[in-house]
Amino acid sequence: MIALALLLCAPVQLGSKQFTESVILGEIAAQTLAAQGIPAGHKRELGGTRVLWDALLAGQIDAYAEYTGTLTQELLPGVRGEAALRAALLSRGVALGVRFGFSDSYAVGMRRETAARLGLRTTSDLVRHPSLHLAFSNEFMERSDGWPGLRDRYALPQQGVRGLDHDLALRALANGSIDLTDVYTTDAEIRGSDLVVLEDDRHQFPDYAAVLLTRTSLDPKAQAALRVLEGSIDAPAMIKLNARAKLDHVPESRIASDFLRERLKLTGSAGGGEGVLAVVWRRTLEHLFLVFVSLTCAVLCAVPLGIVAAQRRRLGQVILAVAGVLQTIPSLALLVVLIPIFGIGAGPALIALFLYSLLPIVRNTHAGLTGIPLGLRESADALGLPKLARLRLIELPMASPSILAGIKVSAVINVGTATLGALIGAGGYGQPILTGIRLADTGLILEGALPAAALALLVQALFEVAERALVPRGLRLSAEAATDSETAR
Amino acid sequence: MICGIPSAPAFAYALHVANVFELQGASKRYGAQQALSATDLEVPGGETVVLIGPSGCGKSTLLRLLAGLQRPDTGRVLFRGAAPGPEQRRGLGYVVQGGGLFPHLTAEQNATLLARFLGWDEARVRSRLSELVELTRFPPRALERYPAQLSGGQAQRVSLLRALFLDPAALLLDEPLGALDPITRFELQRDLRDVFERLRKTVVLVTHDLGEAAFFAGQRGRIVLLRDGRIVQQGSLSDLLHAPAEPFVSQFVAAQRPPPQGAQLGPAQLTPAPDAP
Repeated sequence: MIALALLLCAPVQLGSKQFTESVILGEIAAQTLAAQGIPAGHKRELGGTRVLWDALLAGQIDAYAEYTGTLTQELLPGVRGEAALRAALLSRGVALGVRFGFSDSYAVGMRRETAARLGLRTTSDLVRHPSLHLAFSNEFMERSDGWPGLRDRYALPQQGVRGLDHDLALRALANGSIDLTDVYTTDAEIRGSDLVVLEDDRHQFPDYAAVLLTRTSLDPKAQAALRVLEGSIDAPAMIKLNARAKLDHVPESRIASDFLRERLKLTGSAGGGEGVLAVVWRRTLEHLFLVFVSLTCAVLCAVPLGIVAAQRRRLGQVILAVAGVLQTIPSLALLVVLIPIFGIGAGPALIALFLYSLLPIVRNTHAGLTGIPLGLRESADALGLPKLARLRLIELPMASPSILAGIKVSAVINVGTATLGALIGAGGYGQPILTGIRLADTGLILEGALPAAALALLVQALFEVAERALVPRGLRLSAEAATDSETAR
Repeated sequence: MICGIPSAPAFAYALHVANVFELQGASKRYGAQQALSATDLEVPGGETVVLIGPSGCGKSTLLRLLAGLQRPDTGRVLFRGAAPGPEQRRGLGYVVQGGGLFPHLTAEQNATLLARFLGWDEARVRSRLSELVELTRFPPRALERYPAQLSGGQAQRVSLLRALFLDPAALLLDEPLGALDPITRFELQRDLRDVFERLRKTVVLVTHDLGEAAFFAGQRGRIVLLRDGRIVQQGSLSDLLHAPAEPFVSQFVAAQRPPPQGAQLGPAQLTPAPDAP
């Protein structure tokens, strides 16, 4: 909660996409501002291009690192030339800020040893070696400017080209089962696996120069402070930064503060000062916030819905069906649908978690109430209790074990699902899991997964205690009814 | 309402003051099944009426109509001259099949539920409770127990106690002794009849056991025999025995296996009649 408050107060809000280079650039920009006395925050690994772009346009972040190629190919298709691009951005309240000085384009890469043996330097040289094994990332296979475009532009003769996951393709390249794959020109693997990038001598790939997009409304002082980053990172420097994160597992905040000190002679305010316990504690609070708020709202809505469903059969079927359909929407799809409406951060995460929590509670409330034996319902009716009193004194207490069980199921599922909140900047235990997946760092994944599992167990245990306190004693005794009635005689 | 001039229902009630319950051509259908054909029945104040018949003959349906738990499809049901709505139900004590005790409440909470809901003060609740505990011969120490901890007989006594709590004008009981072992059943039959006699309430009781029916109807009560949703015959046990209205009556009587040595019909001997249809 404290972290949330800090984020809200921070006047300048940086954002970054769900991949290492973007996170490093976001961290560098944020620390550059902080080092010059301008408070800045960084919403890390928010998701894909669309999420960041929407968040920038909506003013939920003030700046993030983008690539010119992405702008002209995806975000503003049809815009040609830098002047037109600047104008198109300005009309949306966005300025083309500093250029970092490197370009992260598509390229094809191979092992240095293979390239040297075959005497390969440019992409055109590939034509002479039709027997090379080629495999590309799935995305590269699909894109018109990927493999299909490359093949046509260079008239490449290789057959049996396969699509693979990007990381798997890099591994296959390293162990020699393939000879060539697509890489990004600043890929850490270029250093890690000692690859060479073949020159794109016929200019197949568009330029993906890294730039900082800022909102035009951003404080001019902040704009000025960011200018020190202009041209500060060339491609080899970016490869090094990426490699430190991906291969050496150095936290991005440290990488950024080292960079500031060495290149810019600035003292970064690396968030690295936060100890592991403090970090886990902060994530716990973020996670609990998500779970507690969404679950509380779900209980307040789902129990009355379950009561209505139990009393009106037709309407009840509709309610149960709608809650069931909500449950089947994939969480990622739901989040993406919610972002344009509710932006990024805790909002859409809370709404998604709320929606997912409804079904078990509605269903169990309904089942608990309709499961009350006819004789007991008639007894209550025959006593002459009004409807509401019957609900309060008889039906809800009798259905309480079932209702509580439903809430427990929702809570435990909620703890697990809340890890997805990190995808849209809501924080929580999902944050280290996402980072861990990105960096292939099992330790980091466990840093999120273990507390999440522990929290799920804790929630379960809390509900067992609550059951003892909330479920009427007489109902708990019913389980032992048979033996008890014998002894009571 | 203007003072002194009775409203129409009250006026009608005054004319029929003798009848606590009145069924006028009342019928009830559940889906395709005609549970009760158009039926007339009058129950005067203070009378004990025992509804009897084979399973599915409509006796429980008739009782539900009297209690106002179901509305008749045709005809009318009157309780003290008016259709039994939720308010009138407080003037009725109803014991459902199996007792219908709420498992989450103790015996005492079950019994005092409605009185407390209606805001009776503690002293009044206490005194009524101790009165009824004595009347129903319920062990006071078991008041704190939950239904799951009570024996079958104790649970039935609590149901009766709960039904009597507001001192209702009439008592409706649906197979009150259905699931009890013979000895408990025997004791409870006696105690129940004592209660009926001491309170002199209007009682309508459902059973499928002729011996039990005869025992509760006694000298002044009436047995009403139903079959396939209509009343076949009503009267005393001897009417059924000696003047059967149709062959089914004799058949039904004969189906109640007499005890060994053919002793005369009496409560003690007739009680354990496990082979009743």
